[in-house]
Amino acid sequence: MQKDTPIRVMLAKVGLDGHDRGVKVVARALRDAGMDVIYTGLHRTAEEVAMAAVQEDVDVLGISLLSGAHMTIFPKILRTIEDQDSKGIIILGGGVMPDEDVAELKEMGVQEILLQDTPPQEIVSTIRELVAARGPR
Amino acid sequence: MTTAAPTSSRALVEDVRRGKVSAIARLISRTEASPDAVGDALAEIHRHTGRAHIVGITGVPGSGKSTLIAQLCRQVRDGGRKVAVVAVDPTSPFSGGSILGDRVRMSELNSDPDTFIRSMATRGNLGGLSRATLPAVDILDAAGFDIVIIETVGVGQDEVDVVRAAHTTVVASAPGLGDDIQAIKAGVLEIADIHVVSKCDRPDANRTISELKAMLTIGMQLSSRMDWRVPVIGTSAVTGEGLDQLLTAIDDHHAKMTETGELDRRRLRIAEMRVLKFAEDMLRDRFENDREGRVQEIAEQVARLELAPEAGARRLLGQIQKEIAS
Ligand SMILES: Nc1nc2c(ncn2[C@@H]2O[C@H](COP(=O)(O)OP(=O)(O)O)[C@@H](O)[C@H]2O)c(=O)[nH]1
Ligand SMILES: [Mg+2]
Repeated sequence: MQKDTPIRVMLAKVGLDGHDRGVKVVARALRDAGMDVIYTGLHRTAEEVAMAAVQEDVDVLGISLLSGAHMTIFPKILRTIEDQDSKGIIILGGGVMPDEDVAELKEMGVQEILLQDTPPQEIVSTIRELVAARGPR
Repeated sequence: MTTAAPTSSRALVEDVRRGKVSAIARLISRTEASPDAVGDALAEIHRHTGRAHIVGITGVPGSGKSTLIAQLCRQVRDGGRKVAVVAVDPTSPFSGGSILGDRVRMSELNSDPDTFIRSMATRGNLGGLSRATLPAVDILDAAGFDIVIIETVGVGQDEVDVVRAAHTTVVASAPGLGDDIQAIKAGVLEIADIHVVSKCDRPDANRTISELKAMLTIGMQLSSRMDWRVPVIGTSAVTGEGLDQLLTAIDDHHAKMTETGELDRRRLRIAEMRVLKFAEDMLRDRFENDREGRVQEIAEQVARLELAPEAGARRLLGQIQKEIAS
């Protein structure tokens, strides 16, 4: 039988904020936990990121944003993925946002929001749990 | 999240042939997870291949391949053709995971449904082409992409693998990488159908180009049986220099191969390589799976000097043959 295929994760920065040190730390932690990590670079649009996630068929798409534009960006990403009829991509958000936005995003279909300064190990375990719960696809 | 039952691989094949992006992506994922599990689907896909021009691009890390490919893709799209890229990245041997960074250079292409980019880790496969790479190329071919580009990191055996899987091989070098042209390993020069020296906006690029040309003259560069003079093309992602020329050379090479019958010869060689590689993989899998069982039994007899190693190997292969043929 086949060895377990690594979990595929895409990490993306959307919008204007120009820092990716945090994302890179997370990328390394996920890699060290045996995952394949695809990093998209800075300043991507929601559509670019969503199409890339569909093509790469990632298990998890993690969007990090600090710019406060989450309430417009996440709906665009969700819609593009749905338009492409891609099923089973788990969407995670990271950054800073108020509680009521978190609740609303989860309502829309964002699986989990990891607030800034979540320890990498917690991100690793959250991803593992969500992918296990989703099952094969 | 509750997901609906997974789409059958057979249904995916239909959608792949219609060019549905998510189906192409999903079938590639299933192939990566286990080529055996989607064997029937891949066989069906294989019947519908043969249209795409497969182009391998190789070169040492940092030689500008991904940047070049992004621009080449745009060039191909401007001409109205569809293009796909499989970017093969080596897996970190320590952790099993990897960071696939090529997307950073190619991201602006993402919103276009007729440009498909897929990153792949190598999983430590000898030769750098992951087991799923060529099936993925088949899938993209069957999906209707006119040009399928394979990017591999060229350090050693990898380049040779690319050339064996591609119709046209482009070798990229760049100024300022170690000892310039010496950074290109012996053996890589010969596999190129086209040489690119990237980063020609840099002043030291001219030296790299002339060194490369000199080496090609010494080596009396003759690509295979057809009359093809291997071009050395300087490109720059900054100024856009050389990109037209590169795409023209790629198309010319394809035309020439078609004209002379070289394309058929290369197809045959690729087919042969794939059959042999599959056979090797199958045997290796058997050996691994049987390690505890019959391999152990035979080894014990050999250790007790009741059986010669060669006779042991024959017995093992004989037993495996019966099972595989069925
Ligand atoms: N000046 C200049 N830099 C380039 C050019 N092409 C690529 N680079 C830079 O070279 C580095 C490596 O490029 P990349 O495409 O990732 O190379 P790869 O490892 O071969 O895929 C990056 O920092 C690029 O920005 C070019 O034409 N001119
Ligand atoms: Mg690259």
